[in-house]
Amino acid sequence: MSTALIMFLVFIVVTLGITYWSARQSSGANSFFAAGRRITAWQNGVAVAGDYMSAASFLGIAGIIAFQGYDGFMYSVGWLVAYLTVLLIVAEPLRNAGKYTMADVLAYRLSPRPVRAMAALSTLTVSTFYMIAQMVGAGALVALLLKDSGITYQTAVIGVGLLMITYVVFGGMLATTWVQIVKAILLMSGTVLLSLLVLARFDFSLVKFFDAIAHVTYLENGVQVTKDFFQPGLRFKPPYGPLDLISLSMALIFGTAGLPHILVRFYTVPDAKTARISVVWAMVLIGAFYIMTTFLGFGAATLVGRDTILANGGTNMSAPLLAQALGGDIFFAFVAAIAFATILAVVAGLTISASTSFAHDFYTNVIHHGKERNPGEEVRVARITAFVVGAVAITIAILLGPTANVAFLVALAFAVAASANLPVIVLSLFWKRFNTTGAVTGLATGLVASIFLIVISPSLMGTEALFPLENPGIVSIPLGFLGAVLGTLVRREPAAEEKFAELLVRANTGLGAEKATEH
Amino acid sequence: MKSASVDPTPTVGVATDVAPLGRDDAKPAHEHTATEDVDLVDWDRVAAMSEFQSLLTAKAKFIAPATIFFVVYYFALPILVGYAPRLMETKVLGEVNLAYLFALSQFFMAWLLAALYLRAAGRFDTMAKRLLTHIPRRAR
Repeated sequence: MSTALIMFLVFIVVTLGITYWSARQSSGANSFFAAGRRITAWQNGVAVAGDYMSAASFLGIAGIIAFQGYDGFMYSVGWLVAYLTVLLIVAEPLRNAGKYTMADVLAYRLSPRPVRAMAALSTLTVSTFYMIAQMVGAGALVALLLKDSGITYQTAVIGVGLLMITYVVFGGMLATTWVQIVKAILLMSGTVLLSLLVLARFDFSLVKFFDAIAHVTYLENGVQVTKDFFQPGLRFKPPYGPLDLISLSMALIFGTAGLPHILVRFYTVPDAKTARISVVWAMVLIGAFYIMTTFLGFGAATLVGRDTILANGGTNMSAPLLAQALGGDIFFAFVAAIAFATILAVVAGLTISASTSFAHDFYTNVIHHGKERNPGEEVRVARITAFVVGAVAITIAILLGPTANVAFLVALAFAVAASANLPVIVLSLFWKRFNTTGAVTGLATGLVASIFLIVISPSLMGTEALFPLENPGIVSIPLGFLGAVLGTLVRREPAAEEKFAELLVRANTGLGAEKATEH
Repeated sequence: MKSASVDPTPTVGVATDVAPLGRDDAKPAHEHTATEDVDLVDWDRVAAMSEFQSLLTAKAKFIAPATIFFVVYYFALPILVGYAPRLMETKVLGEVNLAYLFALSQFFMAWLLAALYLRAAGRFDTMAKRLLTHIPRRAR
């Protein structure tokens, strides 16, 4: 399997080249955290799409569709529609009123230290959940692909971790952005190619393809069964299935607007207008990609089959195995390299948002009251954090091993983001009365509720679960809002109410927004 | 080359446009850095301006109905799929059922709404730009 190794190495060399190039560009906090705010609309759109189309999308959705048909496609729908929340409600005010992180907007009119401390905690939690999923995907992929060349799951996870630390520590946001762009283009072209090859197998006739989808045959408990894969309900079965589907849908469309690594992207562009156009660019790419998951997922179901996939690494390997069935070992290696690149890039994006949040929100603003004691200190702390975050991710990924479906794992990160982050972002932008207590209780309630419900859910407790739903969104998102509202009503904070006019003007006009830096 | 006969040295005590270095004197407007300049904005008065209010109204008139529409349209899918599976399994185009077509329509709904918002946002930009030409500033 040396072709795969060579393709991995090519991608690694190219991305390290990008890192070297961006490390030589001008330095400083604006450059490290926000790429100097000089990223253009299409570049940022492609980078947002790259950050978003993670292992969950490419490996995870394809796997769920291949195994449970239509229900997997619900992930695709939710993940695109979610961008309407970002476009209409969050992106522009955030760009206008913030500096580097989501907490900047919250801290605007609230007491900065408690709010930033909680926001940093929630950012680190969401990023870690997300990262675990990516690492599991990477491990499973490499374990399957490179088993002949003696590279084990552990070695692969350590390799991925070290590379992502390198991108972030040396290249900062500029390198991370360009790694995303390269990866997004690779992923899109690979998906288009795969889709065309699937269609070619059906003589480019959608009718034949759809006919095959309606009659998928596989072994269930040793008995051969034929199912219509267009039929909903193969994953979300009664009695709790429908409710779980609604819960998942809530987490998906409200979670995206609370994902720290997506939100930081809007600080890399010069202004709110560019942020808006970049969201639309991202929506075009992401939408096209998710429509094509029809071909990836149903293609794997009809052309590879559940039984073969189960015997060769499980649900997450559906897309690479489809490539092998259609284009032989070389195409298999190519698609696996794309999946690997996808994971690497997303993990780098997650690392930089987590370390930005820790350095900017927690270290500088909470511990040192918003003052850098020495020039460049914030960037140095962020670099050290990237090391720590990387080490933690490597350890957890090795401990977990390749098990659950990555799309499912990522949906849990979305649930945490939707329950903790979204309520406080929305309320601080739109509710004058909102205050510090509300932000802290909202973040805490959302965080605790979503994690607690995940712990007592069937995915961790099996059939003995105390909570019947796999995704906690339907309960934890309203709880997050409730916590924020009740906390606010406990006391009044005149200072926060007075500053509402300022936030309103800034968010809506861009007056006084952070400018792009000169070369 | 200027003629050497004009002495460029300013006369002692003459008024210049350079700000005095006194600790308690306010800086003249042209010496403000961007951040200090922003602090001079009278946010409350800007927020009360009729142009700003009409900008907010214009935005709300688009964003509120658009948000309600996409949330309703989106949640109709999981609710119908979950609670009216017989209806959603109706085959519409050959083997393709209503559930899949409805799911597919969500993509086009999202793109269409994004395009409509881009157009409307162009209008908001013009309103904001016009407003920014005459914002009230605080006197120091």
